[in-house]
Amino acid sequence: MNLTDSGLLTLRPEGVYCPEGDFYIDPWRPVSRAVVTHGHSDHARWGCNSYVCATTSKEILRHRLGEDIRVQAVEFGEKSVVNGVTLSLHPAGHILGSAQVRVERNGEVAVVTGDYKREPDATCEVFEPVEAHCFISESTFGLPIYRWEPQELVAAAINRWWSENADRGVASVLLGYALGKSQRLLAMVDPSIGPIVTHGSVAPLNAIYRNEGIPLPLTKNVLNVDKADLRRALVIAPPSALGTPWMKRFGEYSDAFASGWMTVRGARRRRSVDRGFVVSDHVDWPSLLQSVDESKAERVWVTHGYSSVVARYLQETRGLDARVLSTEWEGESMKEEAPAEGAEQESEGGEA
Amino acid sequence: MKAFLNLFEALDSSTKTTAKVAALNAYFKQVEPAEGAWAVQLLTGQRPKRPISTTEMRELAAEMAAIPLWLLEECYDAVGDLSETLARLVPEVVEASRGTLLPDDAGLDRWIQERLLPLSTLDLAERKVHLKETWLSLSANERFLFNKLMSGTFRVGVSQELVIRSLSETFKVPKHLLSHRMMGQHAPSPEWFEALVESEEGNGASHEAIGGQPYPFCLAHPLEDATIEDALGPISEWCIEWKFDGIRGQLIRRAGTTYLWTRGEELVTDRYPEIAGWADSLPDGTVLDGEILAWNTESNQPLPFNDLQKRIGRKTVGKKLLAEVPVRFRAFDLLEWESEDVRGRSLAERKELLTRLVPAEFLSEVFRPQDWDEARLIRSAAKSQNVEGLMIKRWSSTYGVGRKRGDWWKWKIDPMTIDAVLVYAQRGSGKRASLYTDYTFAIWKDGALVPFAKAYSGLTDKEIAEVDAFVKRNTLERFGPVRTVKPELVFELAFEGVSLSTRHKSGLAVRFPRMTRWRRDLRPDQANRFEDLQRYLGAEPTVAETEPA
Repeated sequence: MNLTDSGLLTLRPEGVYCPEGDFYIDPWRPVSRAVVTHGHSDHARWGCNSYVCATTSKEILRHRLGEDIRVQAVEFGEKSVVNGVTLSLHPAGHILGSAQVRVERNGEVAVVTGDYKREPDATCEVFEPVEAHCFISESTFGLPIYRWEPQELVAAAINRWWSENADRGVASVLLGYALGKSQRLLAMVDPSIGPIVTHGSVAPLNAIYRNEGIPLPLTKNVLNVDKADLRRALVIAPPSALGTPWMKRFGEYSDAFASGWMTVRGARRRRSVDRGFVVSDHVDWPSLLQSVDESKAERVWVTHGYSSVVARYLQETRGLDARVLSTEWEGESMKEEAPAEGAEQESEGGEA
Repeated sequence: MKAFLNLFEALDSSTKTTAKVAALNAYFKQVEPAEGAWAVQLLTGQRPKRPISTTEMRELAAEMAAIPLWLLEECYDAVGDLSETLARLVPEVVEASRGTLLPDDAGLDRWIQERLLPLSTLDLAERKVHLKETWLSLSANERFLFNKLMSGTFRVGVSQELVIRSLSETFKVPKHLLSHRMMGQHAPSPEWFEALVESEEGNGASHEAIGGQPYPFCLAHPLEDATIEDALGPISEWCIEWKFDGIRGQLIRRAGTTYLWTRGEELVTDRYPEIAGWADSLPDGTVLDGEILAWNTESNQPLPFNDLQKRIGRKTVGKKLLAEVPVRFRAFDLLEWESEDVRGRSLAERKELLTRLVPAEFLSEVFRPQDWDEARLIRSAAKSQNVEGLMIKRWSSTYGVGRKRGDWWKWKIDPMTIDAVLVYAQRGSGKRASLYTDYTFAIWKDGALVPFAKAYSGLTDKEIAEVDAFVKRNTLERFGPVRTVKPELVFELAFEGVSLSTRHKSGLAVRFPRMTRWRRDLRPDQANRFEDLQRYLGAEPTVAETEPA
């Protein structure tokens, strides 16, 4: 299936494909050449012969897919031309090294956003609007009920929760994905409140972020913290850590889940954690519309999320040629992640 | 509204009773009486009447969010709660513009009285402006709470008992006094709240007995046959009566006015004119506890509960229905006599006063069996009398508040009943061959319906025809002769016992299940849970069933 009338991008069983350049963008089956928007497992999959990604994404990819993968890193904005197709990566603001993929041929431009968000945060490059004729956008939170509060307000709420817990001598367990969300949370919190402990699946990713020059507060392994100090600690862990023996060390604790889904009370209650903080690394409704508008695209493919809703809304309100694209990309999941030990196996996927 | 919002969020986010009571105590400690009155009523399930339709609310929210209605419905689908959906859709305004409508510290009462209730008296255009202003001056979470109150869907996980416990701890008022003061219907005024939490010194009991204020009902515990001798001792200590299958009621005659309250604290005086008429002959300062029964004047015994159901819910009663299903009040206890609260006297004394006051045909009959075996014999006749079994009350007991163990027992002939959802239907045999008359029922387990019993008896021909029509219109799947039907109809099943079973998906099997009542008043989600059935396990000696080879 052609995604542009010219056939610049097409959809194949393996994923979104550029025939002239002979590469796939975030393919969901092994292919020979994959351009990867970012390191989450529904976008960066095993088994491709070679990968292209942003420079700051390279170590993340190697950590997740194996040290032996063939990966070519390119700088943001750097253009490479293959068989008449110009390929470049542009910051998507989702996690460190996350990129939008821009392809151009004969003056026709198509952009694949991957996952993206507009609000700047300290742990990744700031989203850069890119104009295109054809814009392929995620829509994980593509409903008008999803409007993020400014990050400082959420950070203040998290810090307040942590310090209240610390005052009554219980640990604060903050649950979020190991890659991206955890580091963003670390950069949001106030380390003067108490020690910060990270789960084993989070620590190596912190190291990668630090090596890339992202300042993160001091984090500790649970074994290196006194029992008394643990009662004042903030614990950053993936949701899959809940209910494992690892959690027993903290005794009584308060738990919270950090996700865009926490907007909705029912989702908070189903999670059955004490608190839900709305921290999302995806675009909310207003910034999704803003991004579509700024792309100036006439054709918009809407994928993973509320794609049919967004497509219909864009048709009705903007008269765009907006369509639904079925992909195997998954956005931000409410489902349980894979075993906590294997960060490599962690799934970010599964929006219903 | 902030204080009440904080309370709501604390109650909503915790499942621990201690945390809930702590949140309630902290709230009531600081609350102004004007707000407290609303809070108590809302927390105990009383809600203001909805002043605006949800359609209007939807349209306004869509307009404010500048989205089409279909998109609002998509959002509603994702959220699952209309109040929350609308709260999220209304655009957030800058914090500074909040507090312009009502001061920042305005209580719940002001928001309800000045921003919610007036909606019902405004015309469409004014209503829109009024609600729009309200929404814009609230934060998203406050808006959510306001919408819940406005749409009459406010619910939070506390029982009346928990509210009473907190008020009792906070204001040092005994719980029984609080539950008495909360009985009946009251305007949520600051005066009412102050009177509710006033310490008991001073005025004494007669102060409570003003107007149509009922007393809290004393409730009985179920009794199991097997343990009766051990549990109760000599039968001479016990007052034995029928357990009627009607509506529990409290009949009050004070200052020339009659009030009839049900146990659901509904004032139903006008619905049962026969009873009200009869009560006019009672002396002032009398309160009777008894049962409202549909009455067969020819055989002089109660009619089945099904007949009474024709009267329940009818606010006005026509001549025809009055003649077809007459009702009668049968008194079994006396709570107030010559304007004196006599609940503290023994049952023997109360009964003695009661027989002086009320003619025998309006009294519950007292049996005097020699031993428990004779009591069993009486009980076995219950069905033919259209009663549920026996009530057993200690002669020396005072009239308690709520369900206290030890003095009041109910010994039902069908102690085991479960409200279950019809999930499969199968054609009957013989003369019922063309009808779906054999049903499989399910109860809730971990959020899913689990089949646990089959039943085919207990419905009238008319009801069978109705269920048959429902089955034919609502078939989801067919497996040979069996149809899976939309889980919608709820029936009360009675059975003789529960045992463990490997044959049934539920792991439990019931003995002699039969339909005793079509619970048209229940939605499928209100059917019983697996745990309710499990509780009956061991209610009598059971033998584990094994899978036949």
